[in-house]
Amino acid sequence: MKSAFSETATVQTKTQDEKRHVLPVSKATVGLALRTLFLSPAAFIMLSFFFVPLLIVFAYSLLSRGPYGGVMLPWTVESYVRIFDPLYLVILWRSVWIAAVSTAFCLILAFPLALYIARAGSRKTLMLNLVMLPFWTSFLIRTYAWMFLLRDTGLINTVLEALHVIHDPLPLLFNTGAVILGLIYGYLPFMVLPLYATLEKLDPALLDAAADLGASPAVAIWRVVVPISRPGMIAGCLLVFIPCLGAYLTPDLMGGGKTVMIGNLVQNQFTTARDWPFGAAISLLLMAMVLLVMRALGDRGEELL
Amino acid sequence: MKRFLPAYACAAYLFLYLPLLALGAFSFNNSKIAVWQGFTFSWYSGVFHNPALVEGTLNSLLIAIVATIVATLVGTLAAYALWKKRLAWLTGSLYLSLLSPEIVTGVSLLVFFQGMFHFLKLQLGLHTVILAHITFSLAYVVIVILARLRSFDRTLEEAALDLGANDWQAFRYVTAPLLLPGIVAAALLCFTVSFDDYVITSLVAGVNSETLPMIIYAMARKGVSPEVNALSVMITVGLGVLVLISGRLERQK
Repeated sequence: MKSAFSETATVQTKTQDEKRHVLPVSKATVGLALRTLFLSPAAFIMLSFFFVPLLIVFAYSLLSRGPYGGVMLPWTVESYVRIFDPLYLVILWRSVWIAAVSTAFCLILAFPLALYIARAGSRKTLMLNLVMLPFWTSFLIRTYAWMFLLRDTGLINTVLEALHVIHDPLPLLFNTGAVILGLIYGYLPFMVLPLYATLEKLDPALLDAAADLGASPAVAIWRVVVPISRPGMIAGCLLVFIPCLGAYLTPDLMGGGKTVMIGNLVQNQFTTARDWPFGAAISLLLMAMVLLVMRALGDRGEELL
Repeated sequence: MKRFLPAYACAAYLFLYLPLLALGAFSFNNSKIAVWQGFTFSWYSGVFHNPALVEGTLNSLLIAIVATIVATLVGTLAAYALWKKRLAWLTGSLYLSLLSPEIVTGVSLLVFFQGMFHFLKLQLGLHTVILAHITFSLAYVVIVILARLRSFDRTLEEAALDLGANDWQAFRYVTAPLLLPGIVAAALLCFTVSFDDYVITSLVAGVNSETLPMIIYAMARKGVSPEVNALSVMITVGLGVLVLISGRLERQK
């Protein structure tokens, strides 16, 4: 009797235990189902409208040029070989050079501004927002605004002529300098933001210490502030360099078709030149360069963006 | 140094704002050239009497509204799930799509749509523009909302679960209300990014799907037109207000 009773008791505890176990399992299943439900639309969009198109571009880059645009067999690596044609190497080199110069100017211009904002006390947020505000309005319109200023019949030339400083309009627009100016204007906020983030954390006592030890303000900035803000500088440089390298609109409008960068070459191959395989190969080259820079940015990017 | 920094900052803010202010001032100029000839509103009324501009504005609004609704919905759900548990490839691909050059995104979508349409007998149009806009604005939504979620106290939701709420109730009554300002901020950002896009749009647009930026681009290439100045002022002010609202909401605790 006794043993039978205890047996039933054990069975009962077992069922209770099982019941207790059933609940968390089913909850986990519901959780997994919800997670799948939440993630699948985004995963579907990224797979079908981002990755699949890139795969098609990769496939096209290995095909031959069709007679009326488009692509056809046979498979070939000719498009990749053509990149090494001096005609195109010049464009690649120019893009890297313009992006590097614009990034350097952004760094030099943004550093004092970020330092000022970091020390602006209660007006910090306002000052930072004033930098970001034009950035979030239309890029196209900001480019157009500079065209309005720099044209032969633009505001600057008109004013200078009215003041009799010049007699013929200065060629301010449609050259490489104008493209660099446009890129600096467009991406300066990308440099200010990460610089500000590192400079804001800077302990002012460090500067006092440097001053006590006899450093002039300029020396203190060069030997104390600059080394500390290096992570922000690196992040800012990469964040500016990436969009500058792939720029299309700025060289197109402010370079007037004379300063051709990689982006313009890609667009040209898909529209006017109708050489899709070559356009696809250059697109992937540009993408590879961006990936390379993004790897250098690493995990820092996630904190900053 | 004490004098240099404020003076420098002044100059920097002038550099950022003067081109836009000059553009704005000359949108009221009673002349087609950049010489001040008196005050007028005629360029503004001209914008409203230009059928192409009106149609472009309506197209841009339709695209931006649809893309914003879909991207915000999809992006919010994804950000919430990613906050619960990371999914490296999805987060990585969102960042990649954010950083990938617009021209590459544009041409890859162009070849994708043309390849699909080869089988489906469809054409480029407003629908392809909307699909493209949903794709590129999704990353903005997820990243803005994920950033807000990361500033959250996870224990709030755990407390709700301990008190007997199921996952859905915890989301519906605890996380969602806290997240709402972030969602609205993301939606407004999404709208501005979509409304402004030229590069990707121009590649995947077909006939009868000309957007406002495409018209502005065409006019900017032709030369300076005060109508574009007037239009630019209206867009900049409109988008600026949206960004200010979005920024305010994002900081709200």
